[in-house]
Amino acid sequence: MKVYVPRDSAAKALGADAVASAIAYGAEARGIDVTVIRTGSRGMVWLEPLVEVERDGVRHGYGPMTPADVPALLDGTLDGLGPVEEIPFFARQTRLTFARCGVIDPLDLDAYAAHGGLVGLRRAIAMTGQQIVDEVKDSGLRGRGGAGFPTGIKWQTVHDAPADQKYIVCNADEGDSGTFADRMIMEGDPFTLIEGMAIAGLAVGATRGYVYLRSEYPDAITVMQEALRIGRARGLLGADVLGSGRAFDMEIRVGAGAYVCGEETSLLNSMEGKRGVVRAKPPLPAIEGFLGRPTVVNNVISLATVPVIFERGAQHYADFGLGRSRGTMPVQIAGNVKRGGLFETAFGLPLGELVEDVAGGTASGRPVKAVQVGGPLGAYMPPETFETPFAYEEFDGQGGLIGHAGVVVFDDTADMLQMARFAMEFCAVESCGKCTPCRIGAVRGVETIDRIAEGDAAAKDLLVDLCDTMTDGSLCALGGLTPYPVLSAMRNYPEDFARSKEAAE
Amino acid sequence: MSDAALTETMAEIFARHRGREGPMLPILHSVMEAFGHIPEAAVPLIADDLNIGRAEVHGVISFYHDFRKEPVGRHVLKICRAEACQAVGGAALSQAVLDKLGLDWGGTTPDGRVTVEPVYCLGLCACGPAAMVDDRVIGRADETTIEEALA
Ligand SMILES: Cc1cc2nc3c(=O)[nH]c(=O)nc-3n(C[C@H](O)[C@H](O)[C@H](O)COP(=O)(O)O)c2cc1C
Ligand code: SF4
Ligand code: FES
Repeated sequence: MKVYVPRDSAAKALGADAVASAIAYGAEARGIDVTVIRTGSRGMVWLEPLVEVERDGVRHGYGPMTPADVPALLDGTLDGLGPVEEIPFFARQTRLTFARCGVIDPLDLDAYAAHGGLVGLRRAIAMTGQQIVDEVKDSGLRGRGGAGFPTGIKWQTVHDAPADQKYIVCNADEGDSGTFADRMIMEGDPFTLIEGMAIAGLAVGATRGYVYLRSEYPDAITVMQEALRIGRARGLLGADVLGSGRAFDMEIRVGAGAYVCGEETSLLNSMEGKRGVVRAKPPLPAIEGFLGRPTVVNNVISLATVPVIFERGAQHYADFGLGRSRGTMPVQIAGNVKRGGLFETAFGLPLGELVEDVAGGTASGRPVKAVQVGGPLGAYMPPETFETPFAYEEFDGQGGLIGHAGVVVFDDTADMLQMARFAMEFCAVESCGKCTPCRIGAVRGVETIDRIAEGDAAAKDLLVDLCDTMTDGSLCALGGLTPYPVLSAMRNYPEDFARSKEAAE
Repeated sequence: MSDAALTETMAEIFARHRGREGPMLPILHSVMEAFGHIPEAAVPLIADDLNIGRAEVHGVISFYHDFRKEPVGRHVLKICRAEACQAVGGAALSQAVLDKLGLDWGGTTPDGRVTVEPVYCLGLCACGPAAMVDDRVIGRADETTIEEALA
């Protein structure tokens, strides 16, 4: 009997390790032959720990499991969820980047290869750097870290920059609340990130790569370290990548708990051992990046999507999507939802369909009040905007952004004034300190919102002015976009900002 | 800890990171791992090894939330304060835990058992409120599961 139990940290946080031990222990007690395979997560977090049992080649799901359910599982009397891939949340997805996540043991390189892994890299090895760059351009892939910049164009710049050493830097700082796609792929299918980085290295002529991985993800760090060791031992990394005669190797660098270090120039300063202060651009990192050399900085999902583009072809990928948003996006549904998790889908699904149908509305059963898309710098969107298709330009048109595609749902008990205050507080805590409007403005922002909470209606105009100053005078999006959540909260939920003096006292 | 013991540990750490491009953060993480904080006496040694000024080392240490100059409790409890956890009662949970321990953010219990720190997202946003005790993650955390993890 083959049993699959996730080792993803969300599954562990909900008790997967105890379930896995109970299965091993129970099987031994019963004298039955059970192989437990630890996998990544399928992304259906509300069902975690989600255990799968393979019968006649089909994997049947059971979850959420507790150790107490294990005897019935082993006796075959436990009620299950049926074939996992037929669960509507899963069946409705288009899994390209996450095709293997939750399916295989993340550290089994042979299983990786048996499920389409390394096909892309082998194809890229036979191509010139320019052909690789062109393939990425043709796929329409845009950076998944937030700004949505075309990946192929970034690679072209680095490809064209002459230098004796270039670098591929993977941005695995994933600081946005409501996002966990980077974490899931690193824990569930690390070789796809390694393969993507190796392809990037071949494309631009970089022989060295770094993954800047946030310290808040100890499980992801462990899996990635182990995957690198295996990759090196098996010739995927090193002086002769898969026998190509070309070199590529990489290293993990652990962050140190600063949100702003997700900004690419701050990240590079941090890697160089400096304070994570944002650098003015130009020069672009593509020209003068790590240690002053041409550097590709890409998000985890951008890089982890490259292998499937090369495996299936740029056109296959580009055929999904809407407008200038090509391919798929792993949407992360979080907060107060009935069915939270990772949902990879072609761009274009209306926001409301994600919130109401896919996620099933709120966990509390109360009405949805607000949805914050794109992390702490994303706007608070009310249900009136639910027709907006999930895509870059379409969200921009609504004064929002999709960012790293986190969707955080709040029910009607949320106090939007408090959420606006939190946005300012977060900016104040995490500001790198370079620009006064961000460093000082965010502190003033908290004070101003406190005045509004005390019934000082005149402070609302002050808050708008302050936000304008931050937007105009900030070097990066932390100070520049914090006004998004703040002003959208005030605009869309005026009742939460209309506090009378008496009520405050 | 004696000066000699510190110097020896630091020498071992420097050797481990020799030849790295940008060794500062890896070194500071190793120091944290070895001592639980960055001892003041380690700063001049780091400055010497990297051939930079002490002020620069201090500047780097003070920039990052992870690097502490003071020893912490035997356990470090991090509770997520970010938006997705707030949407499911994270703020109330933090308050209850802090009240029960009689601490503010960053505080350590008098018996040295636990230090409580805020964290902004643990990537467990679909099963919040999220917390972490040392390196162990807790989903749908409540006062009971946090207390159990600290036991
Ligand atoms: C304050 C701030 C935080 C950021 N955090 C991240 C992050 O955690 N991960 C990420 O990939 N990009 C982050 N970015 C965006 C990066 O600066 C950069 O655009 C991205 O890494 C480029 O990769 P991509 O083109 O593949 O998206 C952040 C930007 C800002 C301004
Ligand atoms: S906006 Fe804030 S975080 Fe960004 S560079 Fe300026 S001070 Fe630093
Ligand atoms: S917001 Fe709390 S874990 Fe992500």
